[in-house]
Amino acid sequence: MATFFDPFDGLLQFQQALDSFRTSGWLGAGPSAGGGYPPINIFRKGDDVVAIAEVPGISKADLELQVLGKTVRIAGRKAVEYGDKASLHRRERLAGRFDRAFTIPFEIDADQVKAECRDGMLALYLRRAERDKPKSIAVA
Amino acid sequence: MAASQALEVQEKKELASKDEKTVPARYYVPPTDIFETEDSLTVVMELPGVEKQAIDVNVENDVLRIDARIDFTKYEGLEPLYTEYNVGHFARSFTLSNKVDQQQISAQLNDGVLTLTLKKAKEALPRRIAVG
Repeated sequence: MATFFDPFDGLLQFQQALDSFRTSGWLGAGPSAGGGYPPINIFRKGDDVVAIAEVPGISKADLELQVLGKTVRIAGRKAVEYGDKASLHRRERLAGRFDRAFTIPFEIDADQVKAECRDGMLALYLRRAERDKPKSIAVA
Repeated sequence: MAASQALEVQEKKELASKDEKTVPARYYVPPTDIFETEDSLTVVMELPGVEKQAIDVNVENDVLRIDARIDFTKYEGLEPLYTEYNVGHFARSFTLSNKVDQQQISAQLNDGVLTLTLKKAKEALPRRIAVG
């Protein structure tokens, strides 16, 4: 028997996926969430989470990182300098202050966070807090 | 002086070139600032994630070509959960005018920003003429 392709099925699934993503703990508004800069990619490495942000032209001194509960805040300033007597031919780089927070679905162990900033990439190694770790249950 | 723009994420523009690359990865166009001072032309490009040895700058037939590769091995073992930007190599080329001395180009990489200083050719330097 032929099965019909229900166009509303696809729409409903998409709507459900979007709703579950919204309530899943990703993209929560943090204490000072604002703006989209810098762009962040979040990866999973084993049981930990690695967040990598592109921060070209920003040195360690211009960055401020804070962790609380499930939220990470990245703030700082991106400076673009030209020098006094420069005549500008082309300008594509942007500069300014940024302040962004993102939440992940588990609690972060704030003492064990490792952050590396090199070659314009900021990598944050986030560990799950001990008290948030699930306990495996052996089936008898 | 250009009006200041708010800092926001610039989505990476993919390079649409007529020649195809032999390496199977995406190439993006890095945002570049070009400005001129009295004795040189400076090209500043944002190449996040690129290391010094992976950058190739060369001048041929009056064309300045910059090729920067990303080291994908760093991403091994990482499973993407949420992504906001693409990761790929960078390439851009500029045609140089004869005002630039093509033998004297210096490059510096700091925090993922490549600064190329192209000295102006001697004939192009402004000359002060003393009025007698």
